[in-house]
Order: sequence, then C-alpha cells, then structure tokens
Amino acid sequence: MMDLGKYAAEVISAWGISLAALAGLVWWSVRRDRRVRAELERTERDHG
Amino acid sequence: MKALLGRDLRLAVRAGGGFGLGLAFFLMVVVLVPFGVGPEAAILARIAPGMLWVAALLAALLSLDRIFALDHEDGSLPLLATAPLPMEMLALAKALAHWITTGLPLVIAAPVLGVLLHLPGQAMPWLLLSLAIGTPALSLIGTFGAALTVGLRRGGLLLSLIVLPLYVPVLIFGAEAARRGAEGLPAATPLLLLAGIGLGCVALLPFATAAALRVTLR
Amino acid sequence: MSIWSYANPRKFLDTTAPWVPWLMWLSAVVLAVGLVWGFFFTPEAERFGSSVKIIYLHVPSALMAINAWLMMLVASLIWLIRRHHVSALAARAAAPVGMVMTLIALVTGAIWGQPMWGTWWAWDPRLTSFLILFLFYLGYIALWAAIPDPDGAADLTSVLCLVGSVFAILSRYAVNFWNQGLHQGASLSLDKQENVADVFWIPLLVCMAGFVLLFLALVLLRTGTEIRARRIEALRNRARRTGAVRA
Repeated sequence: MMDLGKYAAEVISAWGISLAALAGLVWWSVRRDRRVRAELERTERDHG
Repeated sequence: MKALLGRDLRLAVRAGGGFGLGLAFFLMVVVLVPFGVGPEAAILARIAPGMLWVAALLAALLSLDRIFALDHEDGSLPLLATAPLPMEMLALAKALAHWITTGLPLVIAAPVLGVLLHLPGQAMPWLLLSLAIGTPALSLIGTFGAALTVGLRRGGLLLSLIVLPLYVPVLIFGAEAARRGAEGLPAATPLLLLAGIGLGCVALLPFATAAALRVTLR
Repeated sequence: MSIWSYANPRKFLDTTAPWVPWLMWLSAVVLAVGLVWGFFFTPEAERFGSSVKIIYLHVPSALMAINAWLMMLVASLIWLIRRHHVSALAARAAAPVGMVMTLIALVTGAIWGQPMWGTWWAWDPRLTSFLILFLFYLGYIALWAAIPDPDGAADLTSVLCLVGSVFAILSRYAVNFWNQGLHQGASLSLDKQENVADVFWIPLLVCMAGFVLLFLALVLLRTGTEIRARRIEALRNRARRTGAVRA
C-alpha cells in the first residue's frame, strides 16, 4: 500500500465503508432478485 | 365546515380526547432540559428559545395521529368524504382543529415555560410571535402526514419519521426568530420567511392532504 | 383483473432484463478504472494530503443521492398522471439505492471533515442537507413498506415524494440560512469547484460515470424484481380468490 501520509486512517475508513456499502447494496439486490425469480417460477407452476 | 370544526374541538376536549396531552408533554420536555444540560442559568437562557421550539414541535407531533384516528376508528371518515364539504376544506378544518387544541395552547404556555428556562424577558414577544406563526404550519404539515398514515399499524412512528424532516424549515426559521429576539437583534427576516412557509402550506398542503385521504378511502 | 393486463411490465422486463448484467459489469469496470486511477495515480493535494482522494467516492455518491431523488420525483409524477405501474415500481426500486448513496456521501463527507475542520462531524450546510435528505429517503421507503394495497401505496408515496421534494428544496435554503446567516458568502463545504485541476478532474469524471452506470443497472435490476414480486402477489391473490390450486 502506498504511503498515505497522515490522513491514512481517514482515507482507508472512507473508502472501506463506501465500497462495503456499495458491495452490500449490489449483493443484496442481486440476491433478492434471484430469490424472487425462483419464487415466481414456483408460483407460476402452482397457480399460473 | 363550522360543524366539523366544532365537533372536532368538542371531541378533543372530552376526556380521553388528548387535549391536555400536548401541553403536559410540552411541560415535561421543558422540565427535562435542565436535568440534561445542568441548571446553570446562563446556559439555559442561551438555549431556551431553541429548546422551547423543539419541545413545542415534539408536543405538536405527539398529537398528530389523533387527527384522523377517531374518524377512522368509528368509520365516519368515508361519511365525511361524501359530505358536501370539499376534501380540501375538510383537511383545512382538521388542521385548524389540531392547531386550536394543540398549537394554540402551546403558544400560550410557551412564555410561562420560558421562565423555567430563564428565557430573557425581551425574547418573550418574539417567541410568542414565532410560535404563533409557526404552529399553524406545523398543524398543516402534520395533518398531511396524518392523512398519509391513516389506519396503519404503528402509524404513529411512521408518521413521526415522515413529518420530522418536513418540520425542519419551520423549526429553523422559528427558532432563529426567537433566538434573534432574545439577543435583541432584528428578527424580521426569519419571521417573514416563516410566514411565507406558513402561507405556502395553507395554499398547497390541503390539496396534498385531500389527495392522500382520497387514496385511503378508495 | 388479469395479471399481465399491464402490457408495460412485461415489455419492460423483456426489454431490460438482458441489459442488466451487461450494465452491471460495465459499471464495475468503469468504477474500477476510475477508483484505481484516483486512488493510486493522482498526486496528493496541498492542504488535504492524501485525503483528497476521498472525493472520488464523495462527489459521485452525493451526485447520485440527489439524482436518485429527482428520478423518483419524475417517476412519481408519471405514476400520478399516467398510471404506469412500472414507473411507480421504478421509484420504489430507486429509493434504497439513493439512500445508500446518501449514506456514503454523508460518511465520506463527515470523515473528510477531519482533515478539513479537525472534527468527525460538522453541521456544515451541505452535510446537514444530505442528512435531511437521508431522513426523507427513510420516510419514503418506510411508507412503501407500511401500506398493503399496492396502488394505494404507489399513490401515497408519490404524493409524499412531491411534497417532500418541495420541502427538501426549502430545507436547503433554510439550512444555509441557519448555518451562515443570509449575509455570509461561500460555505466551507467540500466544493467540487475546489478541485478543477485536470489531473483530479478526469478520474473524478470516470468515477461519476461509473456511479451513474451502477445506479442505472441497480434500478433496472430492482424494478424487475419489484415487477416479479407484484406478479407473485397477484397470482397468489387470484388463487386465493378462486380457490384453485393445481396439484
């Protein structure tokens, strides 16, 4: 890791939290989509 | 419209109508402040205008879910909707009833409670004026929020979440007016802006409230 | 009530579903390029040292926080006027994305406060406005979740979005007034204009593009999810009503 100087903690924490939040959002959205698709398939089979 | 107003006022004043609740809550919050920040008079005097505004706002917030609750519970809301009165006037009447039963008592009580917080004497009229102009706006905004959440389970919490961000401009200008008055500075600008917001609320929010009510009554 | 009687939702799904993965990957690539460039290949700033690199996340997320709300506003208007269900669902889908963007903008803005003002939080007008915007997002999302009737929920949340937008703009001015008084000039906030040097600006543009693409991808994905979820509910309701269950 390059030398971030005296603001290393700020930069790391800001980037870390932001990227984690973005990753979490994407992961949650994709997971929910997969779940709903499966549920729809199931429901269409039973009731469609 | 007068009949509706009268009915609401009578309901509110009856036992269980919640009339004194807002006032009592106002008193309680004001009493809690010194316990929270310490009894030093100088500090209390400094934060008094703002704290009184916050307490009044919270007290107004507390009574919002009652605006349509009784009508919704006993099923008279659809009946009111079909009355010859336009929905917008109904919304206005409800907001007015809320203000008379909650906002107005707060305005009157504020100087008295201000004494508890060492509110400087010269601040009193400014506090009164800012609350008198601001509380109707709080009632109008609150009525809109209440219309959005009529009949919802735990609607009270959701109501607070929705209404509080809407309250921020009113609080900012109202408290600023009271603060400037307390320090002897000219308070015309925030008061005028506050009045502007209030007038805008009167002009626009009844329509939004009526729209929300129509949705719920479908 | 027939389930797919809304031609829009089906067409929407058919048209957009294949694009979503492409958009996701494209946004990932663009973001990676922008972020890596900004993080590793830009110099440090005079006053802020390496902390200037926070702008590569702060500025785009703040941008998207506002744009998400604007998109929700437009979608809400389209719903109220034209009753296109896809529009209402798109607004619902965009809200959590906008909320996370606002959160990122807040956190990065607050953390950047340390090198700027020496404090982890400051009631700076911009930060405060974003905090209020965050609360607006919370209320909007909560209202959607609280109302069982889908069309009613769409109507009420649309009205809230409209009224909320007016008050959000009002709050912006109120907060500026509150922090600076009407007489003072520029705020201390993290201004985009501060970093006009090309060496910072171009990777910043790339990051902004990446965020826009990500927003697009996520909203298309999530709107599709909402449409499917609505169809599930409609199918179940129909089955419940007719009592028909195929073995």
